Amino acid sequence: MQFSETWLRSLVDTSLSSEALSHLLTMAGLEVEEIKPVAADFDKVVIAEVLSKEKHPDADRLNVLTVNVGQAAPLTIVCGAANVTVGMKAPCALVGAKLPGIEIKQAKVRGVASFGMMCSEKELGLAEESTGLLVLPADAKTGVNIREYLALNDQLFTLKLTPNRSDCLSLQGIAREVAVLTGAKILPQPKPSFALTGTRKAEVKVAAAEACPRYIARVISGVDAQAITPDWMQQRLERSGLRSISAIVDVTNYVLIELGQPLHAFDYAKLQGGVEVRFAHQGEKLQLLNEQLIELQSDMLVIADSKGPIALAGIMGGASSAVGAATTEILLESAFFMPSVIVGKSRRLGFGSDSSYRFERGVDFENTQAALDRATQLILDICGGQAGAVTEVLGKLPARKPVNLRVARVQRVLGVSVAAEEITRILTSLGMQTTRNGEAFQVSPPSYRFDMEIEEDLIEEIARVYGYENIKPVPPQVSMKILPQSESRRPVASVRQTLVLREYLESINYAFVEEVWERDLCGNTTPIPLKNPIASQMSVMRSSLLGGLLNAVRTNLARKQPRVRLFEIGGCFTAEAGGYVQQERVAGLAYGSVASEQWGVSAQSVDFFDVKSDVEALFAPRKLSFEAMPHPASYPGRSARISLDGQAIGWVGELHPQWQQQYDLPQSAVWFELELNPLVTVNVPKAIDISRLPMVRRDIAVLVDENVTVDSLLAAMQAGNVANVVEIALFDLYRGKGVVDGKKSLAFRVLMQDTRKTLTDIEIDQSILNLVTVLKQKGALLRV
Amino acid sequence: MQELEQIVSQAIQQFAAVNQAVELEQVKARYLGKEGSLTALLKGLGKLSAEERPAAGARINVVKQQIETALNARREAIQQQSLQSKLAAESLDVTLPGRGMGVGGLHPITRTLDRIESLFHSIGYAVAEGPEIENDFYNFTALNMPADHPARAMHDTFYIDDKHVLRTHTSPIQIRYMQAHREKYQHLETMPDIRIIAPGRVYRVDSDATHSPMFHQVEGLWIGERVSFADLKGVIADFLQCFFEAEDLKVRFRPSFFPFTEPSAEMDMSWGERWLEIGGCGMVHPNVLKHVGIDSEKYIGFAFGVGVERLAMLRYGVNDLRLFFENDVQFLKQFS
Repeated sequence: MQFSETWLRSLVDTSLSSEALSHLLTMAGLEVEEIKPVAADFDKVVIAEVLSKEKHPDADRLNVLTVNVGQAAPLTIVCGAANVTVGMKAPCALVGAKLPGIEIKQAKVRGVASFGMMCSEKELGLAEESTGLLVLPADAKTGVNIREYLALNDQLFTLKLTPNRSDCLSLQGIAREVAVLTGAKILPQPKPSFALTGTRKAEVKVAAAEACPRYIARVISGVDAQAITPDWMQQRLERSGLRSISAIVDVTNYVLIELGQPLHAFDYAKLQGGVEVRFAHQGEKLQLLNEQLIELQSDMLVIADSKGPIALAGIMGGASSAVGAATTEILLESAFFMPSVIVGKSRRLGFGSDSSYRFERGVDFENTQAALDRATQLILDICGGQAGAVTEVLGKLPARKPVNLRVARVQRVLGVSVAAEEITRILTSLGMQTTRNGEAFQVSPPSYRFDMEIEEDLIEEIARVYGYENIKPVPPQVSMKILPQSESRRPVASVRQTLVLREYLESINYAFVEEVWERDLCGNTTPIPLKNPIASQMSVMRSSLLGGLLNAVRTNLARKQPRVRLFEIGGCFTAEAGGYVQQERVAGLAYGSVASEQWGVSAQSVDFFDVKSDVEALFAPRKLSFEAMPHPASYPGRSARISLDGQAIGWVGELHPQWQQQYDLPQSAVWFELELNPLVTVNVPKAIDISRLPMVRRDIAVLVDENVTVDSLLAAMQAGNVANVVEIALFDLYRGKGVVDGKKSLAFRVLMQDTRKTLTDIEIDQSILNLVTVLKQKGALLRV
Repeated sequence: MQELEQIVSQAIQQFAAVNQAVELEQVKARYLGKEGSLTALLKGLGKLSAEERPAAGARINVVKQQIETALNARREAIQQQSLQSKLAAESLDVTLPGRGMGVGGLHPITRTLDRIESLFHSIGYAVAEGPEIENDFYNFTALNMPADHPARAMHDTFYIDDKHVLRTHTSPIQIRYMQAHREKYQHLETMPDIRIIAPGRVYRVDSDATHSPMFHQVEGLWIGERVSFADLKGVIADFLQCFFEAEDLKVRFRPSFFPFTEPSAEMDMSWGERWLEIGGCGMVHPNVLKHVGIDSEKYIGFAFGVGVERLAMLRYGVNDLRLFFENDVQFLKQFS
């Protein structure tokens, strides 16, 4: 909410400086977002009348003026403004005046002496842009300081109000708050003093009494709708961020800002019969003041005449009954609509208004008539006319149930003791009715507070006025108890650390992705869509981390990075019967050479096995199994599903050449994605006895067909349960000279050990022979 | 006699003249070899009388020892020399860069979260987590924001369907945790305190230079029998001072409004000459406790929430929010 500081000070008598006032409001929960002077800092600018105008002898675009600035003799001033005319009044900066960025001196302009400068709005810091001089009304008094004339010694306060403080959505409310916080006096305002000379009386029917507990209407006849809104009112409205529209509308807006009561003026001549407050009938339509034609729904409250809806109650008037230049008779409405009836409608319709903003938060229901009278007085003053008697339909106004408050609870919640007397003083200053009974109170909030329902609400008010700053922070006292930590849960930080040590950088990508990533990379044609995505490339929830990583790699390649290794840990989402499942995963993508370009290491592009080793390192010492299996994202023959203890837990593969091309990657990339849970679910180590007897090593080299996997041979040898063998591992793979095409040579290292005695040559040879037999059964040829 | 002394000095001279082990052995042969001069002298002893022989023999032996000592010394010297020159030849340019894999790095947000978690862990706060696709009840209703509550408009929410949203804050984690905690300890007359922090990704429909549609929050919750607003102020001030390692950092609390806390406060932190908004907090609203079945007469507590990106930006001098989600390796590398 924006308002003029001068206006506020006309309502409450405070001696605080602007800064102190701002701090006070901010620290009381009415955050001052901005204070902005209405004009630049300048002086010695007065109202001048142009007496004569002649062309400058040496410059086409300049004029030489004589102007009256209220001094004995007129001044000669050279002026370049195009809109200057004889007889006009405009601001004139006298010699010695300081304007933003310029000091006015007596000077010769193209040979003619000039004794000041005529000013535009821009030059006075009143506007960002302006064309020509600021034209002042003809009755502006020559010689008067422009700052006084335009009331420029004022500042614009912008408040950021929380939704509970609807009582401060008016100058009156803010003034009341300042008075509570400082003890300053509320200044008396002129009382309406008009006679009820009008003869017309509005006919009002309220069919929805619960939605509209109070409706007051008055007919004002004989108004001049074309009357000009006085300057002071226009100025205050402008400084509240409202444009002047017409005198009648301006008055309703003025009272809205001043008292917080939304009002509406109907052109009485355009109404058919009396008005009725009722819920809309399904299918009814209404053309609003903002020119929008809306289809009404049965939970929308309207004001209707005998022909149909004429206003959307509390939100916006209708076009058909709008006040116009020809209006001579108005029906002025001041009502209280229940917040629950107004709330949510503007969001549904896609627009709100100053009126709906207030009604949905709560408007003072005991101020309805006062606001109507205030507006009536202003209309009579400005537009003339005769005010009629009011018609009021009163239903059941919101109850202000007394709330119980205990002094002890105040202390328990706040951690500071506030005396009962102090509590009484604070609550009373806030307009609450209090009844004290020992250490307990019964408190009834005023009609303008809609946020006082429970004890804690009152405690907050007490704390607010007592001052949050005056509550001393204390270090909490607790009993020392160690937080349990399961050792069979490995910290996610250690997973991250493993990847960091393998030269991956952690990235964080959006959880919503492009739909096409899901289709291309995951074969997911039914990702979870967002109903209101912020952009089409962020329209569905990811079911894999791969898309984000690939996109991040692409970003880096565009920035000329030759090598990118990224990982992410985060949620992936799938829809399942009746709900959504989030699975935490870790994924990595490596692009470019294995190691950064350096001396003594030949450049080699990262391949499947480099990344496989990263995956194995994450799980070490547990053993994973890898099974050739296609994945939509991967090169068909270079893709493996990863299992742990027989459970599929992830994938590793080289990016499919098609995606490599489509996602603009000059070289191939290798990726992996794993479920996080099996990675962090670990066993607490259980030590087994180690043998002090020496290990014996024997190597076995075999020739096998290309299509025989190493895993199948290892598995067969392990399954043989050969005596004394403690480890079998592949240590060499060879193709080429000496090995026929279609075959490969594999060399296995076999370690043997007995826990009780040194192995004999016979035992060793027997074990090796058994292993070789197993290998031969798998079609292997022993190489000698 | 003279002849012997001459042999010794001649040998020493000749040893010194050579620089190679092989040459030294050749020179040695001239004296101690089969044809060597000392060997010849020893052979000549036989011609001497029995009386002369012992004395002459002893003299020759002394000379022989002198020559051998000289020889060994020279051998040692030559060996040292050749070792030194070998070592000199094999020295490395130790300023060449080390070889092999480098290291990656953590994302600054992770780094910040780790720091926050460890600080709160030190005063007994456990970490709780929850789903990012939340249902309406946990994200709003349980937090005292019934349908059509104006406060819902403060959250620009991403909707999945009529009942599910992308969580707009990590507060639903607190609801889930409180429910589970109450259930777990319902057999006790007094349940143990709840002290948790809830970190995680949250989502709002907002995207510009200072807003990201996805960002991170950490919320904290302490529920017990004796927890007050003064404690809340104490914990927050302590945390911020420790996080920024600045004992003189000032924290101020301003009245504010959140549907799930009452009283509520906005937390500001001094930063140079300015005050910066750092998060919201307050005493947990009795309606929230009611929703999770905790007796709000017996138990009381506070909750707070801070934006992780904000803290990371201030701590590490990051001046553009968008950097966190661009994943430019040049940016990421700085937080190793």
